[in-house]
Amino acid sequence: MTVNDVASVLGAALLTKDTDTSRPVREGYSCDLLSWVMAHGREGMAWVTVQTHMNVIAVASLHDMSCVIIPEGIHVEDEVLEKASEEGISVLSSGLTAFDICGRLAAAGIGAC
Amino acid sequence: MSILKEEFPVEAMDFVTAGEASAQIKRLLKKLGVDPGVIRRLSIACYEAEINLVIHSDGGKLTLEMNPENVSLISEDVGPGIPDIDLAMSEGYSTASDDVRMMGFGAGMGLANMARNADRFHIDSKVGEGTRIEMIFDINK
Repeated sequence: MTVNDVASVLGAALLTKDTDTSRPVREGYSCDLLSWVMAHGREGMAWVTVQTHMNVIAVASLHDMSCVIIPEGIHVEDEVLEKASEEGISVLSSGLTAFDICGRLAAAGIGAC
Repeated sequence: MSILKEEFPVEAMDFVTAGEASAQIKRLLKKLGVDPGVIRRLSIACYEAEINLVIHSDGGKLTLEMNPENVSLISEDVGPGIPDIDLAMSEGYSTASDDVRMMGFGAGMGLANMARNADRFHIDSKVGEGTRIEMIFDINK
């Protein structure tokens, strides 16, 4: 499954420009504690978080994650999206809750780490 | 003999540029053709060190040095220091403020995560002066 497929499963909007949405998504993860994600994040993850500040992109990029999914339509600042585009991290926005996002991704065959 | 030595200053409480030094170091090591697994471990440890400098110190720097066998990363700061290193190293212990925790930091995982990702890890701290962490990453394992 690719980032594009994930967006379509969730009916999510792609907020970033020029990122590679054909990247495979290997697994899913949901956590809002950045320190925790630093310790447990992995390459190719789709990461669901309500945090929207700049450091989310730094953590996703250091782990070479596939994408970040922001739930419940939470607003993401333009500077953060520009940074994400620069780093090649796709950011998706969904109106669903983190719980629903994970449920749909799991039903679509994305596993946990 | 060192192939490369570079310093990256890190400002206290600057959450906007936090992570920039780690991203630069990651790009630099990629250009130099270092093994992706080593880059990944080093980047994670480096980011943890950088965030610790931002959150806990009064400012500091990261020094990257590379030789044919390994890459070393040294984090040095001026700051309050760590009174009990064993306690600070235990996962879940943190002295971060509520504001910092609201951003998702301060889970008390940083030092342990650095030690886990580095091949060798050494920490020295003096209360009222600062902290120095040295991490070595072997290139050819």
